[in-house]
Amino acid sequence: MRKGAGILCVFLFLATAAAEASADSWRDDFASVVLLRDYNTRLVLVSTTLLGIAGGLAGSFLLLRKRSLMGDALSHATLPGIVLAFMFAVHFTGTGRSFAVLITGAAVTGLLGCVVVLLIRSLTRVKDDAAMGIVLSVFYGAGVVLLSIVQHMPEAGTAGLESFLYGKTASMVRADFYLVSGAAVISLIASLALFKEFRLLCFDEGYARSMGWPTHALDVLMLLLVTLVTVVGLQAVGVVLIIAFLIIPAASARMWTSRFGWMLALAAGFGGASGWLGAGLSALAPGLPAGAVIVLTAAALFVLSLLAGPDRGVIARTVRARALKRRVERQHLLRGIYEVLEESGPAPHLAGDSVPLIPWAVLERKRSWSPRELRGVVRRAYRRGLVETMDRDGVRLTDAGARAAARVTRNHRLWEIYLVEYADIAPTHVDRDADAVEHILGAGLIRRLEASLPVAARPAADGVPASPHPIR
Amino acid sequence: MEWYVFDTWIVAVGALCAAACALAGSFLVLRRMSMMGDAISHAVLPGLAVAFLLTGSRTSVVMFIGAAATGVLTAVFTQWVSRLGNVERGASMGIVFTTLFALGLLLIARGAERVDLDPGCVLFGAIELTPLDVVADWTVFGVHLEIPRAFVVLGVVFLLNLAVVVFLFKELRISAFDPALATTLGLHAGFMHYLLMTMVAVTTVAAFEAVGSILVIAMLIVPPAAAHLLTDRLGTMVVLSVVLGVFCAAGGHAAAVFLPALTGHDAVSTSGMMAVAAGILFFAAALFAPRHGILAKGRRSPRG
Repeated sequence: MRKGAGILCVFLFLATAAAEASADSWRDDFASVVLLRDYNTRLVLVSTTLLGIAGGLAGSFLLLRKRSLMGDALSHATLPGIVLAFMFAVHFTGTGRSFAVLITGAAVTGLLGCVVVLLIRSLTRVKDDAAMGIVLSVFYGAGVVLLSIVQHMPEAGTAGLESFLYGKTASMVRADFYLVSGAAVISLIASLALFKEFRLLCFDEGYARSMGWPTHALDVLMLLLVTLVTVVGLQAVGVVLIIAFLIIPAASARMWTSRFGWMLALAAGFGGASGWLGAGLSALAPGLPAGAVIVLTAAALFVLSLLAGPDRGVIARTVRARALKRRVERQHLLRGIYEVLEESGPAPHLAGDSVPLIPWAVLERKRSWSPRELRGVVRRAYRRGLVETMDRDGVRLTDAGARAAARVTRNHRLWEIYLVEYADIAPTHVDRDADAVEHILGAGLIRRLEASLPVAARPAADGVPASPHPIR
Repeated sequence: MEWYVFDTWIVAVGALCAAACALAGSFLVLRRMSMMGDAISHAVLPGLAVAFLLTGSRTSVVMFIGAAATGVLTAVFTQWVSRLGNVERGASMGIVFTTLFALGLLLIARGAERVDLDPGCVLFGAIELTPLDVVADWTVFGVHLEIPRAFVVLGVVFLLNLAVVVFLFKELRISAFDPALATTLGLHAGFMHYLLMTMVAVTTVAAFEAVGSILVIAMLIVPPAAAHLLTDRLGTMVVLSVVLGVFCAAGGHAAAVFLPALTGHDAVSTSGMMAVAAGILFFAAALFAPRHGILAKGRRSPRG
């Protein structure tokens, strides 16, 4: 399935590239990007790929903890820190271009913003979403105020600050590369080393706490990881688009799997692929802002996952829901036929020529089926060899159908008897409750049901017990 | 630093913006959809770009419609993604608005030679410059009034929001607190949702044209959240958040003009200062609110 994603991306890649460049120069450009011939392209491609991997990993934790927008609040909250650090740097060293100082400032206020969100949430009745909005806008507002002070400072230009807001992907230098790789390596190591701890924190925080794990420390560690990725990524793709790196790859990965380890790996893969393809595309077509192309690539991968993901994808879920619906309808048909035949005698003989055809009208009454619906259900049962004829007069079971009908009815009644015996549900109400579960009873559960019933109510090995309630 | 007529207009524009935002924001906060304001204010970028590229004009009406339509689309897409993919709403909001924002950046970059849109202006706004764009020039009772365009636009949006809130107060209240009850009473939950989203989108667009996207988010969320801490009644909360918003606007601009002057600096960003003022108000409300404040809760708790 992932191979399919790869092929589609290459197509996208080729199509856009082809549209952008003429055929001759295009081949050279393409080769130089794919083969990483050009030094600067290589630097940018590798950096954005690593950033995508780191963002995918950190974002997975955010997504599973239902805190995806925390990245949003965090990345906006870095602004005052960046500007303050810039002012300090200008004041003490004369130049504000020191990258390390700027990202330290960003990390400090970013993390402070996260802590304030958590404090507002736990100390007041203001909810998560509003707390994030408050931190985001107030911190950012404070940053804008500071920025307007800096703009009046005669000492230094604000060139270094601009790149933080909109990103400067295409003009990354070696120092940026080291920084981004450092962040990627750290997030990879942290995810692997604390795999078990983070998994439990994501899925059952209360249990983790009751086991004596330092959940608060782990929580802060997780946020630190997100902060690291955010401040490093700010420089590369800008304040708004780093949010995309934290959310989109993780959400895409969730469509493909329900397993934590696989999700982390896939999110890292999707993030890396978006970084690689997006930066590659923008290198092929000068004038396309790299940050935006990366985000759009990630979004294209998300749409693909949303449709084709085998775990939560739209197609997979639709197919599963349809299959279940069909099975439920089929079992209703079989039990309906059984019940009709049962009325005519104590131990009904279900299949064979001597059994009367069951008229359509009788079956329609059994479950408020419309004639059209009933025809459809019977036609599908016929294709499976459960029903022998479906002419104008009515329906007759085959041998296989007869066995299936007896089994389905038996399961239904076992469950009904169980509910009457143990859950104290009135026999007149039990039909509907049994209806809700009978279709998903496995063989093992049926055996346990049989064993748990009182001896008097237990049916013979393949006998169908009598219904505990009158049948309509 | 002195106070000019100019400054009064800035405060008036800020106050109208704050009031219009507070009306819509109160219901956003109650429905736990605060971040929708943030999402919409970022996502209108492609709407602006497309409106411009299609019509080639920069007349406000076209831009306004384009941006407001994208704002509503953001809400629609968010709903789709979260329903189709079973994605948590925050995450689907993040996916949608970052994608739309990136699309907007791309469109602007492609049409850079023709589009005169400054992302910086979109993000920070330029409330200080709003009085320069004069739409009407009246003399009333001997007083010469130069009415800024932003004042008129925000005034209209404020009145629209006011009308919606006043006439549909009961409906908005029921669907904010108990959507299930609203549905059983025959109110269309989807309609109310998209009505609110349209309100937010229109307000956001009107406001951020004048004052920038951060101020919009600050005014949408912070005063209603503070008001939510101060009262348990919805009507009081809405009125209170409007009052708090207006107060932030006036206080923010005054602080932006007068505070730096004390140390001999030039005036700082008004929109930023309004957000900061709102933050301070929220902080005060969180500490000192009579029933839901941190101090009041601390007094009530058994440990004293």
